[in-house]
Order: sequence, then C-alpha cells, then structure tokens
Amino acid sequence: MTTDGKATAAAMNRSSAEEAAKSGIWVGIAAITMTFAAFTSAIIVREGTDTSWHHMTLPGVLYLNTLVLIASSITLELSRRPVAARISRREAAGQEGSRSGLLWLLVTLGLGLMFLAGQYAAWRELASQGLFLATNPSSSFFYVLTAVHGVHLLGGLAALGYLAGKLSMAGARLRRSTAEATSIYWHFMGGLWIYLLLVMRTRL
Amino acid sequence: MQEASAPQAQQGHHGPPEGFIRKYVFSLDHKVIGKQYYGLALVAVFIGMTLSWLMRYHLIYPNGKIFGLELLSKVGAPGGVMTPEYYLSLMTMHGTLMVFFVLTNAPFAAFGNYFLPIQIGAEDMAFPRFNMMSFWVTLVAFLVLVTAFFIPDGPPISGWTAYAPLSAVGTDAGPGLGWGQNLWGLSIAIFCVGSLLGSLNFIATTLDLRAKGMTLMRMPLCTWAWFITACISLLAFAVLLPACLLLVLDRMAGTSFFIPAGLVVSDRLQAHAGGSPLLWQHLFWFFGHPEVYIAILPAMGIVSHILINSIRRPLLSAKVIIYSMMSIGFLSYMVWGHHMFVSGMNPFSSLMFSFPTLTITIPATVMTLIWLGSLYGARIRFTSASLFALGFISMFVSGGVSGFFLAQPSIDIYLHATYFVVGHFHMVMGVAAIFGVFAGTYFWFPKMTGRMMSEGLGKVHFWFTFIGTYCIFMPFHYLGLAGNVRRYSSFVDDFLLPLMPVHRFITIAALITGAAQFIFLYNLIHSRFRGKVAPVNPWEATSLEWTIPSPPPWNNFGDRHPVVYHDPHQYGVKGSLGDYVMQDSPEKIENES
Repeated sequence: MTTDGKATAAAMNRSSAEEAAKSGIWVGIAAITMTFAAFTSAIIVREGTDTSWHHMTLPGVLYLNTLVLIASSITLELSRRPVAARISRREAAGQEGSRSGLLWLLVTLGLGLMFLAGQYAAWRELASQGLFLATNPSSSFFYVLTAVHGVHLLGGLAALGYLAGKLSMAGARLRRSTAEATSIYWHFMGGLWIYLLLVMRTRL
Repeated sequence: MQEASAPQAQQGHHGPPEGFIRKYVFSLDHKVIGKQYYGLALVAVFIGMTLSWLMRYHLIYPNGKIFGLELLSKVGAPGGVMTPEYYLSLMTMHGTLMVFFVLTNAPFAAFGNYFLPIQIGAEDMAFPRFNMMSFWVTLVAFLVLVTAFFIPDGPPISGWTAYAPLSAVGTDAGPGLGWGQNLWGLSIAIFCVGSLLGSLNFIATTLDLRAKGMTLMRMPLCTWAWFITACISLLAFAVLLPACLLLVLDRMAGTSFFIPAGLVVSDRLQAHAGGSPLLWQHLFWFFGHPEVYIAILPAMGIVSHILINSIRRPLLSAKVIIYSMMSIGFLSYMVWGHHMFVSGMNPFSSLMFSFPTLTITIPATVMTLIWLGSLYGARIRFTSASLFALGFISMFVSGGVSGFFLAQPSIDIYLHATYFVVGHFHMVMGVAAIFGVFAGTYFWFPKMTGRMMSEGLGKVHFWFTFIGTYCIFMPFHYLGLAGNVRRYSSFVDDFLLPLMPVHRFITIAALITGAAQFIFLYNLIHSRFRGKVAPVNPWEATSLEWTIPSPPPWNNFGDRHPVVYHDPHQYGVKGSLGDYVMQDSPEKIENES
C-alpha cells in the first residue's frame, strides 16, 4: 500500500471510530428503552393481578420539572450549532474557535441539575404525605421509575460536564461525535421522561 | 449503564500497553480481555462441575459423608453429610455459575472479544475502556456470587431461576434466603451491567470498524453469530436488570412487586401484599429464553466456522445459516412462556407460546440440515476441533429433539418437573455450547498462545467427553418419562427406589466424564508452555485472524490496514497457497459468487 493509501485508510479508520460513538449511543438507547419497556409491562401485570390497586396523585412539581427538561433540550440545541461550527472551523483551518456555545451548554447543565432537584422535591412531597417506597404499589413504581430515570440522567449530566470542560479548556480537542452522541442521549432522556410521565399519570 | 460517557472512551485507538498492570490486569486490549473472560469461565466451570459431583454423589449416597464439606458449611453439611436444603443451595450455585459465568462468558464474551475485532480487520473494539469495564464488572459479579458460599447461611435454595415468592420473602422460607439470596440478586444485576457494556461494544464494533472490503456478508459465520448474540444479549439483559432490581427491593426495601397478599410462610404472615409471583417468571423468562440462544448461537457460529475449514469446501449455504441465526434470535423473544406452562398461566396463553416455540425448530432444523448436507461426501480433516464441532451437532440434535415434546403444553405438564427437562437443557444448551467452546479452544489456541495443543490428548478428551455426556444425560430423559421428579435431594423409601440403579450409573458416568476434563486442563496448561510452536496459519484457514502472527501483536495488524477481497468460504478452489484463498488475498477466483 502506498503512503497515500495508508493515509486514506487511517482517515477512514478515524471516521469509522467517530461513527462508532454514534452507533454506540443508539445501541445504548435501545437497551434503556428495553429496560423501561420491562418496567412498563411490570406495572401492567402488577396492576392486573392486584385487587386493591391504589391510584395516586402525582406531585404538581413534576409538570414544572417537565418544562425544565424540555427547556434544557432547547438550550442544548442552541449550544450545539455554534459548537458544531467551531469543530468545522477547526477541521477546515486548524484554528481553535471561540468559546461560543459554552454558555448555552452551561445553561443546559444547570437546567438538568434543576430537574433533578425538582425530582427530589417531588419525592419529599410524597414522603410528607406518608407515601414511601414500600407504602403501596403505585408509590413503589413511582420511586423506582423516577430513580432509574434520574440515574440515567446523571450519566447525561456527566457527559454534558465533560463537553463543557473540553469547550472551556483552550486547545482541547473535542470530537464532533462526542458532541452529537451527548445531545442525542440528552434529548432521549427528555423524551423518555415525557413517556414516563404519561405512564405514571395514567397507570399509577 | 452509563452509556452517555461513551465519549470518554478512546474509540478503537490506544497506544501499546506499558507495564504489567496495563498489559495483563487492567488491559484495554480486546485479546487480553478475551483471555480474562476465558480464565474466569474456566474457574467457574470447574467450581460448577465440582458442585455437580457433590450433588450426584449425594443422590446415590444420601447419608454419605463428603470429606471437607463441613468446612465449607457447618449448617449445610453437619458431620459432612449434606442436608436437603444444602443440596438445593449447591444446585442454585451450579446453575447460576454455569449459565451466567460459563455459558454466557466462554463462547460469547471470551472468544467474541478475542476474535471479533480481528476477524473484521479492526485494531480493537470500538470502546476499549467499556470493554475493560465489562470484564471487571463481571468479575465483581462473580466474586459477589461466590461470597454466598462463605456466609453462615450459605447460598440461596431458590434455583438459578430464583422463582418468587421463594426468592423474595427472606429467611422465613428456608436457609440461604437471607444474605445468600441478596448476594445472588446483586451479583446477577451487576452481571447484567457487564453484559450490556460488552454487547454495546460488540454491536458498535461490528457496525463501524470493519476493514475496507469487509461487507456484512463477507464476515465469518462466527462473527455473525457473535453480532446476533450481542443484539439478543443487549435486549435480554436490559430486562433482567430491572427484574433483579425489583427483586432486591422486595427483599431489602419492603416493596411488594412479587409477593402476594396473605402469604403465610413457616406460620408467619408476610408483611407484603398484592404482588405477582408470575410477574417475576415473565420478566425472568423474557430474559431466560433468549439466554439459551446467547449460549448456543456463538457455538453454532464457531462450529460452522470450523466445519468449513475441516471439510475444505463451503457450506451448502452460508447465507441461509446467517438468516436462520437471525430468525432464531428474533423468535427467541416470543417463546418465553413455554417455560411457564405449569405456572398457572391461562391455558390459551400456553397455546400462543407453544406455536412460536415449534416455529423455532424450523430455522434450527434448517441449520442442522445444512451442516449435515455439507458433510455428505466431504473428506473431513479430523482434528480435535472438528471432532468437537461434529459432537456439537450430535448434542444439538439429540438434546433438541426432546424440545419438540416439551413445546407441547399437554406433554410438558407431565414432564416439566421431571429429569426429562434436566436432560433436555443440559444437552441442548449446556453440553452443546461447551462442545462449541472446546472446538473453539482447540481451533484458536495456536493463534491465542502461539503454541499447538496436543492433538492426541485432544482426541482422548473428545471421546471421553462425547460418550460420557451421552451416558449422563440420555438416561435423564428415561428417568423423566418414568416420573422421576427433579430438585429432590434423595430418593429414599419412595416409588423412585427402582430407578436408583440408573442414578448410580449416571453418577459414575459423571465422575469419569468430569475427571476426563482434567486431560483438557492439562493439555491447555502444558501446551501453553511446552506445546509445539504454532505457525501463522496451522489449519490452512481463510479468515483474517490467520493472516497475523501467533500470538498477534497488541494492535493486531501492526501498521497494516487489511483490505478484504473475498468471503471466508473460499475452500476447494485453486489458490496460490493450495485449496483455499485467504480473505485478504487479491487473487481472482474462478466462479466466485
């Protein structure tokens, strides 16, 4: 193989490695979807066999949290464009771009944390009503679903934090695939939350 | 499941490892990780086998002392005599170790990790850090599980399926259901995380890191099998994980997902209410049935790969093998209820599960016919690897045929709680998959270590194992038909006494067959250090792993980026090397499809 061919092959390998991050995130999303499908069917089976199913009223703060999470998706999109442009500029001219996009990313991160704080407030509200994890099946499922979603969201926050760190450090190379995979995952977390809210609202 | 931190992984690229720890312990190299999985499976399989010896011994000598058993558990074996409960504890550990840490780890995680990247021409897995994590997480799961041996109460007695409410209620229901069961639930949950990380890696790697010219249809059949298995495993373990979480919550946080109202155990009313024991079975078997294929599909792939090499001509149709494996994978999600015919499920549901179960036999039969048809008139090179590959087909057919019976609810109701089922799944899932692992070991050992295994010892090992496993597991079927119940620790003073001679025969066969495995262990260790030095391509095979040195360097292909021109089935052709053409050889082949 000529040197030229080697260079092309190396470039090809790099781009396929970039692709792998995106495939990876979709594969991960498939697994998470399956996990929550299992929880959903567990709710349905559990409800079907229970003669004394207690319905519960969801804490009102959840709807506010939902708005916060939707807003975080929007701010993430606002940050994504300048970040993508910055990466393109670097690829084209080899120059490091400005820190544009960092601000919106930090806002996203803040909104994400706010969502988690809001979820915690919802737990406190339920606890003040005497509804704990083991109180009744509805409350059990509520705590489990919100907690498992929260843990996955923490993963997203870690990735956002990683992006923000890369953006704020001068000279740090940020991969386009990293930025894209993170935003796909974050939007998925939002969509998943809306789904869970619907399930909990209609079933619990 | 921290998929979101994917970006932190260095995708497919890392420098040469430096220092002992990075090289052999916390290695990012998929080959070292593959060997680590193999080592773990080897430890687990010898523990599992020892447990089966203890159980078989106890079945024929219920009052017999077992030397040293008292040291392991004073409560479980007072004076060295196993209690019935301790028998169940050992059974649980035997099943859990074998299914999770052997049948999932060895054919899929071990060989898949080692050879999938090489066979598609990649430098490493897509996410080496995740890969390293998946092994270490699995090791933690293993350590958590074996800890159950050393706690005062011993391992749980609820079986590897951990049926609720027995597994959910706690110590009221018997020994081992306290911390033993907690450890079991935590171990399996941790194992799920490891498997998910591994599967994620397998899928992304196969999709994105293939070398130039390596189209999907040019991938070796074992790569296809690992890829399909990864897809199955991803979706199956993603269901077992929440199931284990709910079980652990029932046990440790007082929830009632699986424990029904008004349950009285050991004269004590349980504090839980309204849960559904059936829910556990649904969630468990939704994972559990695909798990059967997680064990057997990689073996099918490995066997196909080795078979083509030993008959020196292509299979009748490699494509149909691929499509059959895909349809088996797809159908595996629709049949979980056939494990639950006696669970009190609606009989109409049984019918709904019986039908797709019988449908699965179609792709399975198609594959078997392709293997057998390809063998017809072939001049087979009888190596240890090909013997085990042929043995796999034999086991798969013999064990699979009893599946036709069990798929019918009306027959299963009679046979379900008997040794018939034990015989069925040990042959078709257990031994068949293990034969795939043996075949793979004899075939790839030269590549993995740079040394040849002893063929003579390999053949002795094969005949002992092949005849031995038939002697053990065929009689199980007869015992089952005769009404011999499973899960009993002894058959004294009851209607099963006339069957004791059969049990004695099985125990003797199990002891001999188990002992024969030490021939394999000796061969493995001795050949690793004293074996003949292996050439690059000892079996004159076509796929990419045989184009690189034995053992391969840390980055597999060095600075080379392999380019692929052919599928791996180019045997029986006129090539520059003989009757085969390597995948990366640019030479033209006449009549290549």
